[in-house]
Amino acid sequence: MSKLTALHSVHEAAGAHFTDFAGWQMPLRYGSELAEHHAVRTTAGLFDLSHMGEIEVVGQEAAAALDHALVGDISAIAVANAKYTMICNEDGGILDDLIVYRLADERYMVVANASNAGVVLAALKQRAARFDAEVEDRCDDWSLIAVQGPESPAILGGLTDADLGALRYYAIQEATVAGRQVRLARTGYTGEDGFEIFCEPADAVAIWKGLSAAGAGHGLVPAGLACRDSLRLEAAMPLYGNELSAELTPYEAGLGRVVRLDKAADFVGRAALEKCSQEEVSRVRVGLRPEGRRAPRSGYAVLDPSSGAHVGAVTSGAPSPTLGHLIAMAYVDTALSATGTRLLVDVRGTRIHAEVVALPFYSRPR
Amino acid sequence: MNLPADLLYTKDHEWLRVEGDTATVGITKYAAEALGDVVYVDLPEAGSAVTAGESCGEIESTKSVSDLYAPTDGEVLETNDAVVQNPSLVNSDPFGTGWLLRLRVTSTDELLDVDEYAELVEQG
Repeated sequence: MSKLTALHSVHEAAGAHFTDFAGWQMPLRYGSELAEHHAVRTTAGLFDLSHMGEIEVVGQEAAAALDHALVGDISAIAVANAKYTMICNEDGGILDDLIVYRLADERYMVVANASNAGVVLAALKQRAARFDAEVEDRCDDWSLIAVQGPESPAILGGLTDADLGALRYYAIQEATVAGRQVRLARTGYTGEDGFEIFCEPADAVAIWKGLSAAGAGHGLVPAGLACRDSLRLEAAMPLYGNELSAELTPYEAGLGRVVRLDKAADFVGRAALEKCSQEEVSRVRVGLRPEGRRAPRSGYAVLDPSSGAHVGAVTSGAPSPTLGHLIAMAYVDTALSATGTRLLVDVRGTRIHAEVVALPFYSRPR
Repeated sequence: MNLPADLLYTKDHEWLRVEGDTATVGITKYAAEALGDVVYVDLPEAGSAVTAGESCGEIESTKSVSDLYAPTDGEVLETNDAVVQNPSLVNSDPFGTGWLLRLRVTSTDELLDVDEYAELVEQG
């Protein structure tokens, strides 16, 4: 039996189609996922992300414990700021990608993917054991509501006591939204400006309804996981299970910048990742622009047009609603990863042309 | 559910409007809603023969690809160019302008009437 979020009945009343995702019943879409996608790009969308896994690390050595457990320089994060980082295994394989928020000197909130929350919690507990720090499972203590899109500051502005002009990208603060106490962060997974609101489950419905009402005149629509996937793909944000896995290192994922070999702390995976950093990877994540209208999907083979040899695999692909053409991400042999390289993708027996293009596919106008 | 009573249906959620020996074929609103936004349709060539229950094309939504199954044996007379150009017609008007193809058919004995199809959908 899958878990329901505190907003389930609200989604049902809104006519949501649900999908089972990492053990949760989550809204896939409410009406047209393309309309929801366009709303996030042009006005705003409202997401229930309560499946995400919150873990708190608290104590005198919380920073040191996370410096040891994660690949990033966690002790360097200023209070009220956040960092995108990863947790790797001893071999340098990616266990999950994470956002780490520093709530106070000795308190961090780690947000893991729903599908990996258990793995991350267990690894953090084990890795923090010799530090003066507690690792607390807070997954059931928080609902997470995101409002994403260019209109989101205007929508949220009238409902919060926070000075949104002073809340910078990747910052977090305590605030009230619709009169309820929340943790308000300027983060997201859509490639747009927006906010993530961590609230008590008992307050989720009031906050959702408050935002819905405030957003009615701004083009705000409820938005499901289907458009979240197409939005993050356009922004070339990796999805664990597609672009990221324990078989891949951050360097292969093109995210070597998150591995902070310059930090003083020894950390899990350091030796393996140091070696990776000095060698050229044999495969790397690239963007593809396929021709035609039949989208390459996860797992489809990428071929060298001159030899027909198998040189990689697609990890995500879709028609881009914003750009109006197909886009895909893939892992390919490094020798064939330069922008402009022409490759083939086997789309259910038909070979289609695809050119390597720079990532991201879409960046929001600033 | 609002199902046109003058159509025949299949368990694969296709509908047929039979006039003489020709049948106009599309997918039902139920199928269109389950698929999500349709972004591409691949239809058989006019003149080709299709076999009941076998794949004769593809319907692709933003998230997935589904086979289009031939509802009966027959010969493809015509495909809907408008839906090839604008696949969202499958979502906006599945029983009308979102039709997919016309077949010359010999038998419609295996098809479901509206009550049988409604029962199938209700049983999920």
